[in-house]
Amino acid sequence: MSADFDDKIHNTLANPNLQLAIYSATGRLIDHRRHAVTREALPDYQELRTQANALKRHVIENLDHYLEQFEANVLAHGGKVVYCKDGAEVADFILSLAKERGAELIVKSKSMTTEEIDLNERLHHHRLESVETDLGEYILQLARQRPYHIVAPALHLTRYDVGDLFARTLGVANETLPEKQTLIARSVLRRKFLAADIGISGANFLVADSGAVVLVENEGNARLTTSAPNIHIAVAGIEKLIPRAQDLAVFLKLLGRSATGQALTVYTSFLSGPRRESEIDGPQEFYVVLLDNGRTKLLADRAKRQSLYCIRCGACLNHCPVYRKIGGHSFPWVYSGPIGAIITPQFLGVKHEPSLPFASSLCGACAEVCPVKIDIPQVLLDLRAEVKKTELREGTGWLERLAFRLWAWVMCHPRVYELAGMMAAAMAPAENGGWLRRVPPGMNLPPVRAWLDQRDLPPAPPHSFRDLWRKR
Amino acid sequence: MSRDHVLHKVRTALGRTAGQAIAEPPPVRLRIPVVDQDARVASLLRKVEALAGKTCRAATPAEAHAYVASVLDGKSTIASNAPFLRECGILEIAGVRSGQTSASELRMLCSTADAGITSADYALADTGTLVMLSSRDEARLISLLPPVHIAVVPKDRILTSLDELFAILPDPAAQTSSMVLITGPSRTADIEQILVRGVHGPGEIHVVVLG
Repeated sequence: MSADFDDKIHNTLANPNLQLAIYSATGRLIDHRRHAVTREALPDYQELRTQANALKRHVIENLDHYLEQFEANVLAHGGKVVYCKDGAEVADFILSLAKERGAELIVKSKSMTTEEIDLNERLHHHRLESVETDLGEYILQLARQRPYHIVAPALHLTRYDVGDLFARTLGVANETLPEKQTLIARSVLRRKFLAADIGISGANFLVADSGAVVLVENEGNARLTTSAPNIHIAVAGIEKLIPRAQDLAVFLKLLGRSATGQALTVYTSFLSGPRRESEIDGPQEFYVVLLDNGRTKLLADRAKRQSLYCIRCGACLNHCPVYRKIGGHSFPWVYSGPIGAIITPQFLGVKHEPSLPFASSLCGACAEVCPVKIDIPQVLLDLRAEVKKTELREGTGWLERLAFRLWAWVMCHPRVYELAGMMAAAMAPAENGGWLRRVPPGMNLPPVRAWLDQRDLPPAPPHSFRDLWRKR
Repeated sequence: MSRDHVLHKVRTALGRTAGQAIAEPPPVRLRIPVVDQDARVASLLRKVEALAGKTCRAATPAEAHAYVASVLDGKSTIASNAPFLRECGILEIAGVRSGQTSASELRMLCSTADAGITSADYALADTGTLVMLSSRDEARLISLLPPVHIAVVPKDRILTSLDELFAILPDPAAQTSSMVLITGPSRTADIEQILVRGVHGPGEIHVVVLG
């Protein structure tokens, strides 16, 4: 485990305020979801999951077909499609468009895909102001932090943090009531919306048969981002496609319920192309950026490509006993929780943080709540195998290999095994029959120490199995 | 820029060739329950109220007119160009402006108005949702910029659910560049998961069903 990963985890565990914030926020989201998917609330929940999984599998297995169909339909409605292989290409496209149109201000609605490519930082680097407009994302932009959770990005901050932050960065009075803080953000951002030249959104779904971008939100900032400025650019991963508008009847029922327990979020926008001649308002230019950024690497692996089915509801984070202890910022990339643990190594390579696939108890809660039935524990196991294969190939991990070879040798030699058992029992005697908190210095090796740091050892029994067998 | 590069990588990863036929996608799954009209109206209003929206069931245009006038109480208001609003006499209420066809003028009026009045193309009974298709009759910003949104909907436009909506409108893009589903007032829970209404969109929503 890298020292950075280890430090972040231990700092989170040692911070009681943070522990409470994560535990209560995820607990509330768990409750909301549970009530929304009961037999009474959604009788065909399991059938919808099965259908969603079948649709995603079909699209991913025929992705080139649906990309081309989507592109043709965007064009037919007067929009443009721009394929980009990475974040640099996305930034280049937006910068050159902004320059051509003389654009200076960008408003942005929430998008994990743009977080993934650090789009704001890239644009700021070229002096193009890009303002996040989702309340949580706006707070994080002011605080210069990345999202803590896929759907509740600022869940780690208290209203007192927000009051201090607004006072410091916006020069307003220090308000601690969320109602007042929301009003402050509304008025600052309203001016930005009305002045902005370009609106950048993500996409929850791309609809192939309509050439449409579908956005799901509660605040209205995505509607403003895509309606007020003259230019709308949607940035989406290539895996966001679904075949038909009618399939939204399946996905929309699952997404809101799995994320926040809402039957539908407050706003669902279905956008295809720029404003038509008969329409009064809306953008005059419409672009969809289709981003690869590593996704085609995942496609090649038949078993692991299901990671691309994800619709970013965040349910696996809320239900994960590991996420609920170590929080979102401990994870090495923008995607946290179980879904982050399977996509990060595939996007960035398993060597980026080799211990990530191992940071799971494989309890299976994530797979049980996943609305598109991604078998996350199985993908974690596959990734663990890949980490070990890489270590073998590169000759790293020799200590572990040595330990296992030693173990195998001991297991193949019964007398040595018995002797080792006797020695261990003699060297680490039980303290009044209780569990062991520590071992003698001679046995206190780093792996043993790390293990005992979190757990106690059961005492050795007074008689070994072999003893009992001989005396039976 | 990288169109061919990305498509080539996708095809290589999947072992497909350009233009190769695909298997049939899983069949469309739409389930439309049979619900009589009165039950649909009742469900719509109940769901809107559960989301802290306000409702009115008006038997006559005069009743709808009276309700809207009492909510507005002289507020500066912008109304959409939907013929149905004119038929209900709502455009004659004091303080209501309508008939905008220019984007810039509409935007200015919306950004200062206290309330926006629209009709809706459809409403969904099982979730309390308004379905708005952008057109010459309905602009996007009227239901978005003013802090209060009032929608007046004839009862025969109330559908049961999302499934029925997509059965009637299999291809919304054929009709409009923007279809928006509105389910309750704008809200957030981004600070300590405390619910606050009226973030960027209207914090107050009124649904008036006529008939």
